[in-house]
Amino acid sequence: MSAVVFPIPDSVHSEAANTGQPGGPRRVLPARWADAAFEQLTRFFALLVFSILAAILVTLVLGSQLTLDRFGLAFLWNSGWDPVKEDFGALVPIYGTLVTSGIAMLIAVPVSFGIALFLTELSPAWLKRPLGTAIELLAAIPSIIYGMWGLFVFAPIFQAQVQPVLIDAFSTLPALGWLFKGPPLGIGMLTAGLILSIMVIPFISAVMRDVFDLVPPLLKESAYGLGATTWEVVWRVVLPYTRIGVVGGIMLGLGRALGETMAVTFVIGNAHRLAASLMAPGNSIASALANEFTEAVGDVYFSSLIELGLILFLITTIVLACSKLLLMRLARQEGTHT
Amino acid sequence: MNALHLQRRRVNAVMLFISGLAVLFGLFWLFWILGTLFYEGGTALARASFYYQMTPPPGADGGMANAIAGSVALIFVGTLLGTPVGILAGTYLAEYGKGNWLASATRFLNDVLLSAPSIVIGLFVYSVYVARVRHFSGWAGAVALSLIVIPVVVRTTDDMLKLVPNSLREAAVALGCPTWRMVLLITYRAARTGIVTGVLLAVARISGETAPLLFTALNNQFWSLDMNGPVSNLPIVIFQFAMSPYQDWHRLAWGGAALITLAVLALNILARSLFSRRD
Repeated sequence: MSAVVFPIPDSVHSEAANTGQPGGPRRVLPARWADAAFEQLTRFFALLVFSILAAILVTLVLGSQLTLDRFGLAFLWNSGWDPVKEDFGALVPIYGTLVTSGIAMLIAVPVSFGIALFLTELSPAWLKRPLGTAIELLAAIPSIIYGMWGLFVFAPIFQAQVQPVLIDAFSTLPALGWLFKGPPLGIGMLTAGLILSIMVIPFISAVMRDVFDLVPPLLKESAYGLGATTWEVVWRVVLPYTRIGVVGGIMLGLGRALGETMAVTFVIGNAHRLAASLMAPGNSIASALANEFTEAVGDVYFSSLIELGLILFLITTIVLACSKLLLMRLARQEGTHT
Repeated sequence: MNALHLQRRRVNAVMLFISGLAVLFGLFWLFWILGTLFYEGGTALARASFYYQMTPPPGADGGMANAIAGSVALIFVGTLLGTPVGILAGTYLAEYGKGNWLASATRFLNDVLLSAPSIVIGLFVYSVYVARVRHFSGWAGAVALSLIVIPVVVRTTDDMLKLVPNSLREAAVALGCPTWRMVLLITYRAARTGIVTGVLLAVARISGETAPLLFTALNNQFWSLDMNGPVSNLPIVIFQFAMSPYQDWHRLAWGGAALITLAVLALNILARSLFSRRD
């Protein structure tokens, strides 16, 4: 009976016991194939998840075969987009995507840094959670809400109050004036960039806050003990220590900004034109897809849109992979230090 | 010496002040957006017809009943498809993935997928499913949503299972419990709230997703829960109505936007309170 109370899961033992004692240990046997089956089952689903990205890539490449053959690499720098003559190029949407994301990063990175600094070094303990949650809720608001709010509420105010001031102040500058030329339309690349910046702030600041918390207290306290001010501790100790992670967080935000669809579609203006001015309407890859895909007629038009999707997918995947690699490097470094 | 000290303290004060402003900057947008949303959407939400009438043609009176029902159906099926896949894949990563190339590669790709643009996922489902069967359908929409659920659930399941202390697993195995029963009865139970939190967050995430539905579920003006045809859903209706020139469509769109946001915020807060109770 004692063998039943303490069954040994080792196969050799249970098989040996099996011959002598029918009954008890026999119940251990099915566990062997059940164990293998369960592992294979979970492994199958892991493989499935593993192959999703590759499946997306292959599908998009196959879908854009027609334009890949027809236009080749020139697709990337052709600024045309003419469904009638079937002349398509990705330059305008790529430009719009990069410019709006660039504006978003210019605003979001310093603001996120400020928020992370406040949450890790300044905020009293009781305020940390509610403040952190409030900032994270910005990420929970669906992007279509940002778009709608941007179009109906933000753009009119921006057009009436802010853009005229910007145009008056900057359009006469010698080097950068061309960025601010043109009528105040409310919608355009600058508006899209601003709204994108609000959307990515929670992602960047969350990563920054997490990596700032990784800094060993000993390092910070040594600096404080030498008489450093809070700002000096953050700028000269915390930031250099977490540099890789901070860059990783910025890349994560950039990846998000590049692929954002609905918010941009509402406010960018959807004009297929290459305009230097940030005030001018433009187009981004994601908003071109959202607007034109279901209405596209003809194989070449269709294939061009799928190739746009392929370009977006490649850019964001590379940016996000870099972000992940940097954050992993910081985590590994952290592991060797402690 | 004293001048330098003063200068350093001044820089410090200015920088800390700016960091406080950055927090206010973030909160300012949050309250502005939520404020206008509930101010504009409140009147639409307060009318009972919003919940039982169909989406109207321009100029007529109507509600969002078909869009609400369609959204619930798509979210439900999407979650149902994505959750088991996510939990099982996450289980593999946490329980069998130690020093295993498949697990580390999957974890990496899953994190990329987590932030991949949702419009590309719509494009993918369109190409492999909608283009083959030649019609938009609720199934395609649900599959697209499930592809967004999967990475969220994989990530949280993996993280939560890794939090379960190894001594629990060792105790179970030492008593002769086979691994599969150990996972089902011990580690799942220990990580239950965490996994549920992940699923709730995934539901919150797909509730407002518009881009993947544009090319898959499309929209339907009428009451239809036939998953094999186009299914009406809130995000797309909001998109269409907001882009239209009609005032009463705008009002309905604001109502729908407020409803989605309320649901998403409630799910987020529920998930957070569930999780923090466990700590």
